Amino acid sequence: MVKKTIHEINGRIRDGSVNVVTAEEMVHIVGELGAEDAAKEVDVVTTGTFGAMCSSGVWLNFGHSEPPIKMQKVFLNDVEAYTGVAAVDAFIGATQLSESLGMDYGGAHVIEDLIRGKSIHLHAVSHGTDCYPRKVLDTNLTLEDMNQVIMMNPRNAYQKYNAATNSTKSTIHTYMGSLLPSFGNVTYSGAGVLSPLSNDPDYMTIGTGTRIFLGGAQGYITGQGTQHSSGGGFGTLMVQGDLKKMNPDYIRAANFTGYGTSLYVGMGVPIPILNEQMAQATAVTDAGVTTKILDYGIPSRDRPSLRDVTYEELRSGYVDIDGRDVPTSSLSSFKKSRIIASELKEWIFRGEFFVSLPAERLPKDISAKPMKQTEGIALVSDIMAVSVVTIAKNASVYDAAKTIMDTAFNHLPVVNDDNTLVGIVTAWDISKAVSQNKFDLVEGIMTRKVITATADERVAVVARRLDQNSVSAMPVINKERHVIGMITSDDISKLFARRS
Amino acid sequence: MKIKINISSDILIKPIIAESILETGVLLNISQAHFDRSRGEVVADVADDKFDLMCKSLTNKGARVSKLDTPIKWDENECVECGACISVCPTKVFSLDADFSLLVDEAKCIQCGTCVDMCPHKALSLGNNNK
Repeated sequence: MVKKTIHEINGRIRDGSVNVVTAEEMVHIVGELGAEDAAKEVDVVTTGTFGAMCSSGVWLNFGHSEPPIKMQKVFLNDVEAYTGVAAVDAFIGATQLSESLGMDYGGAHVIEDLIRGKSIHLHAVSHGTDCYPRKVLDTNLTLEDMNQVIMMNPRNAYQKYNAATNSTKSTIHTYMGSLLPSFGNVTYSGAGVLSPLSNDPDYMTIGTGTRIFLGGAQGYITGQGTQHSSGGGFGTLMVQGDLKKMNPDYIRAANFTGYGTSLYVGMGVPIPILNEQMAQATAVTDAGVTTKILDYGIPSRDRPSLRDVTYEELRSGYVDIDGRDVPTSSLSSFKKSRIIASELKEWIFRGEFFVSLPAERLPKDISAKPMKQTEGIALVSDIMAVSVVTIAKNASVYDAAKTIMDTAFNHLPVVNDDNTLVGIVTAWDISKAVSQNKFDLVEGIMTRKVITATADERVAVVARRLDQNSVSAMPVINKERHVIGMITSDDISKLFARRS
Repeated sequence: MKIKINISSDILIKPIIAESILETGVLLNISQAHFDRSRGEVVADVADDKFDLMCKSLTNKGARVSKLDTPIKWDENECVECGACISVCPTKVFSLDADFSLLVDEAKCIQCGTCVDMCPHKALSLGNNNK
């Protein structure tokens, strides 16, 4: 039985006799020596991760202006920060987008620019009070000009994360990157063998107060992260660190096309090897961390899982989906994760960084709840029009025109002999045909690629489909492709008008 | 050499590429094509010494032809070597070596721009025409 204390390990860090290895190196050491001898041999195992962590941001204190202002709204380089606290404190979040540049620039970029020493434009407005008379303020500030600039990330360093793919027929743009149609690729995130929480899955040494590497500086874990879901192996961390000491090599702004901005955060957690259980835990490999490949083509909270997959398979470059080799991409940088684990190892070797025991351990076996929704979720079947007029594909353009005039429907779904949907004609299609003197069959002028909905879909999802395809109505079809209703942008507008 | 052929909506349904190939006897190797109601866009390879001939024939039929002679530009300062680009590239321009450094084989690039959209760090760009 090996039993070491934090005090002993810190003593070795102080006198230079400490033995520190990275979590990758530990795999081989435990493999060769076994857990017990490895625990005797190794004092600290360092981990590292460098990836997109949207739940990140920075608290800033600007100092008081003359005359003073109680900021009510504040913008940094035109990105809004939250200032619903005291007069000149604000929190800038990584994913908040610029009012003028949109997705090209966001809170993450403000944070990176600050670390790089760039000057940031501060614009603040207030209603003015007796104690804070000023109403508008504009100034330019650098990191040095401010009092505290403290990174405070509510959810970082996911123990592991779901891999993503896309079953639909078109490319989708997500926070997991571009996902190509028909399972064209798989993206994933997380450091696997180097992942901090995967190396201490029982949270024996990681908890509130643990000193860590954060953005190139020493920081701390302040507790469980939001959505901490330790029961399923998806633990998260809330962390804090001093932005003034951070390094742009380890904090980088990112843009995900069609999603927005995010922040790449570099984090490393040291794991003191107090006993052989810790040695065994830190011997985890990429093959030992399993996650799921989820279908991001389904725009639901409960995305269907295609299969389980290990980080080893993900990192090999291809995963098997239904007998096909699908290429994979990591969104987090394994190279940077390694650099972070090595850098932290160096700090400990040099006696610049001491390990700590948590003041409080992270909760185990808890799970994150889905949102309780008190407003009913509107389904297509709730608002679709059920009296639908269709037209046969072999009807004439004249018949179609007459049907539209008689029924006042602008969109006619076109059906086969067996009543299945094969196209759609609109008043516009008919006008176009008439103007070109084309009086053939409906089949010849209809749009064949019909955008459709099903009755059990959520209205919000269907509204986005209408918008993306620039159409104003969609036939609602059943499994047999029979038209059972129509849903129009008017129906959707009315629904939302009724609610507000 | 790689070329891009832009076809406007009014001549979209005419087989102008086939006509130009037959007319000039010059081979085109099409590596990418995109057509919708508003336009057509084809990326193809053509022999360097046959470019002028093919270009003239296509232009006469109403297409716009441009050379794609600048492959993807990789900004190593912005790149964090995550490898996000790897799985979206149709021609395997990107790979990771044994120590997880990103390798970029520009010669394989067909300048489709898919990686430009994918890269979270704006480390990839196309100098001409595309994106």
